[in-house]
Amino acid sequence: MLRLAKKITLKQLLLIIISIAFVTAQVWLDLKIPDYMNEITKLIQTKGTTVKDILNPGSYMILCAFGSLLSSVIVGYFAAYIASSFAYGLRKDIFNSIEKYGMEEMKSFSTSSLITRTTNDVNQVGMLISMGLQVIIKAPIMAIWAITKIAGKSFEWSLATGVALIVLSVMILIIVLVALPKFKKIQWLTDNLNRITRENLTGIRVVRAYNAENYQMNRFNDANNELTSAHLFTSRIMAIMSPVMTLIMSGLSLSIYFIGAYLINEANMMDKITLFSDMVVFSAYAMQVVMAFTMLTMIFILYPRASVSAKRINEVLDTKSSIVQGDKEKGLEVGTIEFKNVSFKYPDAENYVLKDIDFKAKKGETIAFIGRTGSGKSTVINLIPRLYDATSGEVLVDGINVKEYKEKSLNDKIGYISQKAVMFKGSVKENVGFGKKNDKKISDKDIKKAIEVAQAEEFVNKLPNTYNYSLAEAGTNVSGGQKQRLSIARAIAKNPEIYIFDDSFSALDYKTDFVLRKELKKYTKNATVVIVAQRIGTIKDADQIFVIEDGKIVGSGTHKKLLKSCSVYKEIALSQLGEEELKNA
Amino acid sequence: MHNRRRNSEKDKNFKEDILKLFNYIKRYLPLIIPSLVLAFISSVFSIIGPDKLKDMTDTITKGIMTGIDLDKVKSIGIFLITIYSLGAIFGYIQGFIMSTVTNKCSKNLRTEIGEKINRLPLKYFDKTSFGDVLSRVTNDVDTIAMTLNQSFTTLVSSTTLFIGSLFMMFKTNYIMAITAILASIIGFTFMGLILGRSQKYFNEQQEQLGNLNGHIEEIYSGQTIVKLYNAMDDASEKFDDINKKLYISNRKSQFLSGLMPPLMGFIGNFGYVAVCVVGAALVINNHITFGVIVAFMIYIRLFTNPLSQIGQAFTTLQSAAAASGRVFTFLGEEEMSKENPSKKLDKNKVKGNIEFNNISFGYDEDKLIIKGFSAKAKAGSKIAIVGPTGAGKTTMVNLLMKFYDIDKGDILIDGISIKDLSRENVHDLFTMVLQDTWVFAGSIKDNIKYNNKKLSDKEVENACKVVGLDYFIKTLPKGYDTVLSEVESLSSGQKQLLTIARAYLSDKPFLILDEATSSVDTRTEELVQNAMDKLTKGKTSFIIAHRLSTIKNADLILVMKDGNIVEQGNHEELLKKKGFYAELYNSQFETVE
Repeated sequence: MLRLAKKITLKQLLLIIISIAFVTAQVWLDLKIPDYMNEITKLIQTKGTTVKDILNPGSYMILCAFGSLLSSVIVGYFAAYIASSFAYGLRKDIFNSIEKYGMEEMKSFSTSSLITRTTNDVNQVGMLISMGLQVIIKAPIMAIWAITKIAGKSFEWSLATGVALIVLSVMILIIVLVALPKFKKIQWLTDNLNRITRENLTGIRVVRAYNAENYQMNRFNDANNELTSAHLFTSRIMAIMSPVMTLIMSGLSLSIYFIGAYLINEANMMDKITLFSDMVVFSAYAMQVVMAFTMLTMIFILYPRASVSAKRINEVLDTKSSIVQGDKEKGLEVGTIEFKNVSFKYPDAENYVLKDIDFKAKKGETIAFIGRTGSGKSTVINLIPRLYDATSGEVLVDGINVKEYKEKSLNDKIGYISQKAVMFKGSVKENVGFGKKNDKKISDKDIKKAIEVAQAEEFVNKLPNTYNYSLAEAGTNVSGGQKQRLSIARAIAKNPEIYIFDDSFSALDYKTDFVLRKELKKYTKNATVVIVAQRIGTIKDADQIFVIEDGKIVGSGTHKKLLKSCSVYKEIALSQLGEEELKNA
Repeated sequence: MHNRRRNSEKDKNFKEDILKLFNYIKRYLPLIIPSLVLAFISSVFSIIGPDKLKDMTDTITKGIMTGIDLDKVKSIGIFLITIYSLGAIFGYIQGFIMSTVTNKCSKNLRTEIGEKINRLPLKYFDKTSFGDVLSRVTNDVDTIAMTLNQSFTTLVSSTTLFIGSLFMMFKTNYIMAITAILASIIGFTFMGLILGRSQKYFNEQQEQLGNLNGHIEEIYSGQTIVKLYNAMDDASEKFDDINKKLYISNRKSQFLSGLMPPLMGFIGNFGYVAVCVVGAALVINNHITFGVIVAFMIYIRLFTNPLSQIGQAFTTLQSAAAASGRVFTFLGEEEMSKENPSKKLDKNKVKGNIEFNNISFGYDEDKLIIKGFSAKAKAGSKIAIVGPTGAGKTTMVNLLMKFYDIDKGDILIDGISIKDLSRENVHDLFTMVLQDTWVFAGSIKDNIKYNNKKLSDKEVENACKVVGLDYFIKTLPKGYDTVLSEVESLSSGQKQLLTIARAYLSDKPFLILDEATSSVDTRTEELVQNAMDKLTKGKTSFIIAHRLSTIKNADLILVMKDGNIVEQGNHEELLKKKGFYAELYNSQFETVE
């Protein structure tokens, strides 16, 4: 929490100080009211007072009440400004941090957790700030000021107030100590119940196919029971709060009057009236002190939540991308990719995912990687656009190590198509002409051509509004195959030197796959193409095929050559095509 | 904040929704009524309090010069402390009962929602997002619980306090009473004027928050693409834009909602001042005693607090109405059609013939996906369904599993219509593996056994050996007891193998593989296929696959296009036809150049 406080700007700090001044003014005014009451009481008890005499302190009292309202409105305005502008800045910082993350950092958080950190957690912190400025600052000022006002008036009354405060504090402390840990547990139990419900929903077909409704319901009931008993425990404890608080408040008033009766009785004639008016005022002050204390309990409710949120926000802000940009903008060659003795492992892992990968692709060549699931073939191509950095060895694009490029310059050279098509809310045109190349927007002409090459023209033309058809969030209103074609079009529209297809064809049926590759080849004669695939059919025309097994290249060459020389390749081919087709092909 | 948005929704359904809620909690009346009675009694005590305090003050002022009647003061004091204590005890008992009722009620609601999920037709989930259902289980039920816990008792005790203090005020002194009421009315009008304008900003804030959520969800989940396409600046720009709008609406709504407590404070202070001044004037003219002022100083608090509390209770009641509307709408959704199975098939005695008889089906009534589909599968045969995406392959599985009801036509298992069988019975006959792997948070062992508790650990291990997962699992530190949490510990291929192992162990006469091996590499697939073949020997199996190699040896290949079978036969026959299948098949060998 404190670390986030450093993000407060000078302007906000200034406003905080002004707010504190206004809070103090408000407390002063609030406490002034009983003072006038004291005056009035004395006047009433004095013989010969007329109504006129009372009007004077009376109008001051109203003025005070109004002044107090005014200053709290001002404080409220500043508090809203400070809290919401702080939240605004925090959200911006978080978003900018996350945007710069590499794949590794993205994977270490989940997307949904990043979203809650950007919105809910920031809200929690904002709420603490806004409540803090209005209530939490006010309470101690009020308590201390009111105490100094009543201190010294009478030992017995102060003692009564002191006892009430101690009883109140002990009660709050016990409740907080007993209930707070449970509150944290409730959060966990709620998540747990949510997770089980979510599982039931996402696996609804499986649940039904296995007739496992009861099994699922048992899990749900267990979680529900646990959650309910935790809730029951805390709400029964919290129920103590309000009745005891009322008891303390009314008890305190009562004892002040009760004690007052004895004090007045014993006092000498002169002091009696002063004592009486003191008594009335004292009870008003004592009430303010008790109220201030109860307001302080807000801290115990808000702070733990906000501090957890602050911790989660700091985690995001502290995580920095491990990818550091270089400063080169141009390469030495065009359209070449070279791996020199590249090995890769995940930072905390023991085993290497890739070991001694060596190859070179020339301009206009198509190279392909094939291998079983988990062999590391996708990892190879992730090193080219620096989604990860090689642990050892060098990855060169256009003759220069990728680490030396400016991020934007490297990205301009590459058209990357992920395995799972990514779509954004917006029109077809915006999705295909996504981002910038050489700091310029993609032209409509390029977009249209790209859609044509990616075999998407036919279905795009059938959409209402065609190119301006708006895709829903994550593109849920087009099919998987259509999304994949649009995401391929997105790469084509960029007209990059190098295309990288990360298993991007498997969502397409064989025929579309084939036609698309044919058209692409025609259109991108000079571009270098890197393909990762599962299907032999997709890659067998490649100029060079690399067979990856357990992170190593175990065979390379053309389809024909590999069939003869590489047993792993042959095995894969056979499992897909069969002896006969292989001969025919 | 959610509540705010809901408040703005039309109050039209408010009554209806609240009635539903009242109806639901009727069963707890034996607990609620005593609790409300207790709330009433302790409120009455609070009202008697100031009256007695007034007597005490008057006793003091009367004797201020001559000597105070301390015995009377003492007896009033004892009486007061008794009713204060009783009030607190009753208050706690009341709170205890209400929190018990509330939690029982919300637990039951959650259970009912949980059960309802399993009774709804799959059709329902085509149209509803999971997030929506989830928020009903938690957010909405929580909102209802909170209202039950607070609003009802608040309404009773506040109304009692309000009416009671009004009565006592008039009884004590009507001029003072009118002063107090006028002061409060002025305050509340003021408050109403300001708060009436705030709703707009709350709605705006909620809307911008939704926009922001949508934007960051997209950017975070597509972060790689955003980065590699140099679209970070665009994304930031859009984010800044929404963020700024959110900030503005946030600031305004926060300011307005923050006005509530100071305004309440002002009303209190204003009333207090008015009572003091008017009271003092009356005392001087000997209309009232000083004790009356003391009493009114408390009455004014007793009177204004309930007013704002009633107001608050109504706003929470409003959000509770919206929440209960959502919950009860969900609970009232049309369930799967009632079944009266007239026949039952024993899974151990089923022969395995399946006949599709002129089936028509559409997810929407006006858009048919399957049109007049007919086919026959002999016992023990392997049937493959191929075709481009969207041809209706998966729909066939949905119908076969009775996940959806057929519009027209019939499916016969061993000559018996599935309409005559219970869903449970049908599910008992089929083993199904889907493309989307599904695992839950639990140990690997539990995930494989799933609801079949009779399985031994040995059998689980055996199944994993068959699908080639055993070695990997044993390399994990905790082996079969490794808990699959949300953090990915298995690759998608491994998860797929796990679901296949799960299916392997549920020994049933029919097998459905819907793209089950698409995320497994081809060699592992072969391994799994062999295992499955062994398992399904003599059993009828349905296979849906993109990879044509997988299905080449099927006894019958159904080629689907646009919801219909365009060709059927075995691999050789279909190739000879040189039709759609041959085209699909050959496209994998054509060279680009």
